[in-house]
Amino acid sequence: MDYTLLIVQMLNGLQLGLLLFLVASGLTLVFGILDFVNLAHGSIYMVGAFICASLTLWLGNFLLAVVIALPLTGAVGYAIEVLVARRLYDKDHLDHVLGTFGLILVLDTLAHMIWGPAGITVPLPAWLDGQVEIFDGAVIPTFRLLIIAVGLAVAGGLFWLVNYTKLGMLIRAGASNRTMVAALGVDIQTLFALVFALGAMLAGLAGMLIAPITTASIGMGGQIIITAFVVIIIGGIGSMKGAFIAALLVGVIDTMGRSFLDSGFALFMSRDAAETAAPAVSAMMIYILMAAILAFKPQGLFPPKVR
Amino acid sequence: MKKFWGAALGALMVSGALQAGEVKIGFVSTLSTGGAVIGNDIKKAVDLAMEHIGGKMGDLDVNLMYSDDGFKPETGKQVTDKLVKQDGVDFVAGYIWSHVLLASRKSALDNGKFLISTNAGPGPVAGKLCNKNFFTTSWQNDQGPEAMGEVLNQKGVKSLYIIAPNYAAGKGMVAGVKRTFKGEVLGTDMTKWPTQLDFSAELAKAKASGAEGLFVFYPGKAGGAFMKQYQQSGLKSSLPLYTAFTIDALSLPKFQAAGFTDVIGSQFTGHWDPNLDNAQNKRFVADFKAKYGSYPSPYAAQSYDSIFLIKSAVEAVNGNLEDKDGIRAALEAVNYPSVRGKYTLNTNHIPMQPWYLREVVVGDDGVWTTKIVKTIHEGRADNYAKDCKM
Repeated sequence: MDYTLLIVQMLNGLQLGLLLFLVASGLTLVFGILDFVNLAHGSIYMVGAFICASLTLWLGNFLLAVVIALPLTGAVGYAIEVLVARRLYDKDHLDHVLGTFGLILVLDTLAHMIWGPAGITVPLPAWLDGQVEIFDGAVIPTFRLLIIAVGLAVAGGLFWLVNYTKLGMLIRAGASNRTMVAALGVDIQTLFALVFALGAMLAGLAGMLIAPITTASIGMGGQIIITAFVVIIIGGIGSMKGAFIAALLVGVIDTMGRSFLDSGFALFMSRDAAETAAPAVSAMMIYILMAAILAFKPQGLFPPKVR
Repeated sequence: MKKFWGAALGALMVSGALQAGEVKIGFVSTLSTGGAVIGNDIKKAVDLAMEHIGGKMGDLDVNLMYSDDGFKPETGKQVTDKLVKQDGVDFVAGYIWSHVLLASRKSALDNGKFLISTNAGPGPVAGKLCNKNFFTTSWQNDQGPEAMGEVLNQKGVKSLYIIAPNYAAGKGMVAGVKRTFKGEVLGTDMTKWPTQLDFSAELAKAKASGAEGLFVFYPGKAGGAFMKQYQQSGLKSSLPLYTAFTIDALSLPKFQAAGFTDVIGSQFTGHWDPNLDNAQNKRFVADFKAKYGSYPSPYAAQSYDSIFLIKSAVEAVNGNLEDKDGIRAALEAVNYPSVRGKYTLNTNHIPMQPWYLREVVVGDDGVWTTKIVKTIHEGRADNYAKDCKM
């Protein structure tokens, strides 16, 4: 076993997991508290990436662009809540799916009209564009380390927000029983809008962080939203802790599958057969994981206490 | 008498197809989703070709209908069905993606239509599934990587790692480079297509394999993503990159906007280049740049060719679109001015044409483009022609 490769792949998995957490945390907040299925959450991720990409090319500074793009993406989320989501809360889940699926088409087409189909490659400042040698032979791009750092910081911030602030208390209360929260005189409409905007900012941040790696492009949201749903289902819908642990689990398992499944298969089949079989199986791994966990814990790993 | 009226009514009903003075061409491409990067460039080229032929083929007006396959095989088949059955087109052209072409080909061919691929060339359509009415203005998928394998041999590369997407074209590209490369292939990763755009795990494996070279195939937006990550991983000196259909006139402007200078000097193989010296190509590239402000991609060049190929066939039969045999003979003769210069068809209707080693350079106008370094293969036959019983 090549330990250097193993450690590099663990870090790659961690980075993918934390990125997934940024998307899934917003999704689980909105799903858990607002009881609203938001398929368009991935489109907000795309919008964040595009806003940040344009600002980066315009200002010539990636970090400044992120700082400005964050509140802008939050505002987009707020606008979506007021204009679309708010009207759908008291409908059933199928209407949420239809409505937000329509929203995906609208946002994709808007992005196509504003930014064109080509997508935008985001330049990084030189100090982020290089690599760091963690120890002998284990080299990882600096920017991926930054994603890990930002992901951990955001996770810590959210933990503090949810557990130690008044807003967090309301969020937790809302997740458990929102009728009661409203009955106690809390302005539930503003709380919902805030949660929605917060979720949008988190998704947007994920988009901003991935854009320098994969470019900002139309349809990028559709690729991550399915995995994000897998994450929140594994973690337990509405649970921030669940989203965090499930995201890391999914990120690491997906990366490990892509990394080592072919050499594992090669132990008992020909290398050609292993190289053909491994991609098919590794693409399924996270779904197998989800099925296995749901078989034992149908509510996910950490379901919120009262539902 | 009853029979006559019946026939007349029938004729009226299909008058769309028989209306004198019109040749109908259905053009299937990807005009939405991320794949539209390529589809839009193709549409620009076809629009330009229509301008250049004045919207006419011989005496017939051209009725060109675009359809969007949405980057999905099932949608591609649906729109092909519609073009063939509802719109009654005479030619179906286009198709960027091999999996879309494979799903759609029967809809056109089983109804006796001519099908002209302007990009996709999966192995089966050149071999077992070849058809007398199937033509292409591009190549068979394996051929670009086959030329790249030869380049690697010439450079003395001893070992190779391969990363490609897990779909029909990706498999063909991998088979192609393995066929001609004489050194050892240390590993092959097939990634989820088209959703996987993060290649951190695969790049780490490639580095750990200790190979002397890395071969990849990532068309469209995945190419831009791969190149960026390759650069960020700092492998340029230890693991040189060799590509097929990954760097093109669509990704270069984005790289230039982002100041991604590492890509200058990258080498890859192709059957066409904007610098090829012939009258048709000069006109195409100059007018394309004048009209759209960018260099055309190979996808654009192949699609521009398709209109002229169809025109040559329609004119060869003097506009008699019922003369299928005449049209087929004319298509087989390849008697049109191609932007790649003269070429011929193999028995399976796949072009036999030169393949070049190309390199990214800064053009005279300061715009990043490509030039030809040398010729690798002269009119080499593809690997599947022997399986084709036509």
